[in-house]
Amino acid sequence: MTGPGYSAGEMMTVTAAQALRDARTCFVGIGLPSEAANLARATHTPGLVLIYESGTIGARPGRLPLSIGDGILAQTADAVVSVPEIFNYWLQPGRIDVGFLGAAQIDRFGNINTTVIGADYTEPKVRLPGAGGAPEIAASCREVIVIVRQTRRTFVERVDFVTSVGFGDGPGSRERLGLTGAGPQKVITDLGVLEPDPQTCELVLTAAYPGVSVPDVTERTGWALRVAPDLRELPPPCPAELAVLRGLRATLPDADGTAAQGAAS
Amino acid sequence: MAEIVSLADAIARSVHDGDTVAMEGFTHLIPHAAGHEVIRQGRRELTLVRMTPDVIYDQMIGAGCARKLVFSWGGNPGVGSLHRFRDAIEHSWPVPLELEEHSHAGMANRYVAGASGLPFAVLRGYRGTGLVGGQANHGAASNGAGAGPGANIAEIACPFTGETLTAVAALRPDVTVIHAQRADREGNVQLWGITGVQKEAVLAAARSVVTVEEIVDALDPRPGAVVLPAWAVGYVALAPGGAHPSYALDYTARDNDFYIAWDAISRDRATFGQWLDEHVYGGGAR
Repeated sequence: MTGPGYSAGEMMTVTAAQALRDARTCFVGIGLPSEAANLARATHTPGLVLIYESGTIGARPGRLPLSIGDGILAQTADAVVSVPEIFNYWLQPGRIDVGFLGAAQIDRFGNINTTVIGADYTEPKVRLPGAGGAPEIAASCREVIVIVRQTRRTFVERVDFVTSVGFGDGPGSRERLGLTGAGPQKVITDLGVLEPDPQTCELVLTAAYPGVSVPDVTERTGWALRVAPDLRELPPPCPAELAVLRGLRATLPDADGTAAQGAAS
Repeated sequence: MAEIVSLADAIARSVHDGDTVAMEGFTHLIPHAAGHEVIRQGRRELTLVRMTPDVIYDQMIGAGCARKLVFSWGGNPGVGSLHRFRDAIEHSWPVPLELEEHSHAGMANRYVAGASGLPFAVLRGYRGTGLVGGQANHGAASNGAGAGPGANIAEIACPFTGETLTAVAALRPDVTVIHAQRADREGNVQLWGITGVQKEAVLAAARSVVTVEEIVDALDPRPGAVVLPAWAVGYVALAPGGAHPSYALDYTARDNDFYIAWDAISRDRATFGQWLDEHVYGGGAR
């Protein structure tokens, strides 16, 4: 879609995998985060420790897992621990470098909604799956990467429900709430990359994919999106990365695997 | 002391109308056969508790067993929405469903508190989220108090540092139901692979039912296995394949096609009704 030889979705996954280059440990949700983390491990970051909320630490799946409880995760892990342990001993103290989340809605301060669409919690327009592990992943991982397709419905001025806190109401919110991690440092979409402004905490477009213009992105953003003065154009994915990604996707039964944790129907 | 009985007897003796029932299994070892038995016995007005109310609770909610759901993630893993769950919330079909909503860390800690005999657990979590709610039921320590965002979640100050943390009320189900790989003839239970929160859920409950793939003379040790001693378990029932479409590591494989097929089966009330008639009420489960 964005260029010859690869799709926007592939570009998004490759970009997300690249964002894990410096990470040692990653708390992974199913769907797009899992795909990107497994791509990183299969290419440039072979030592990446994958941690799934089912309690599998250091899983080395040879194919994409179908759920967070896929047997392949337990069978290839360094350790399998209970669910209370994975959250209390491993996530909560800030031992994990990167938390990788999806979103049904995300706002200008990187707050995430995976609970309900609509202003009234008791009579929602759409009932989403809910929180899962995300609130504490967003609070306690050293940093968070969000991977989500960009539309006006998804990128909203204010989320209908704060399931997981990004930067709350802006500067100082995380500190006031006692959230120990740095919060969302990259939001990777099918158009480019948004990063928080260090002063205002507002998400700003910092990189676009080849062939994507600024208006392409602002049209699909529900707030007045600011653009970094040094906006970069990212290089297209290299053939080797694409080949590995396609090989991983081919292991999924529905050959798509887009049902992200927290995604609506 | 565990009694080894039929699945029908275990459910009849343990699960009653109006009970708070936890059926746990974190994508692995989900007690589906026991869920079907609860549906067959026509239980009503249950408060269903489960971290991940996936297909098993979609079936029980659609069959009209539940009055309330206490949970942290309700979806069909890797597939999408739970249509019976959504129909109950969005259209009160077949009956209205009250929600009490948490995070995974919150639910896990609520079970830990219940298993530990404490009124609450403490964690660094929930702060700044809508899950804390704005309701007046903060601090309610009794099981099932309140509903919606904020029920059974409260801020608490650390008595040593003053740091603001979050307290979550203990979960104390009337009955917890799990599936395990095997038990011995005394009723000692052994499970391995992804063991989730099952140990805590059983120890937090007043009564418990464990369905197993097989009953053996002796439990030889397994790496990483959880053993629940017979004296901590209520009923053990043989239910080979009882996790289907979930799986029991080293016994059965996850039926991924069923999870995908469930999307179409459950989308429509009539199709779902036919499925229940054929696969649950019709006798042979699944």
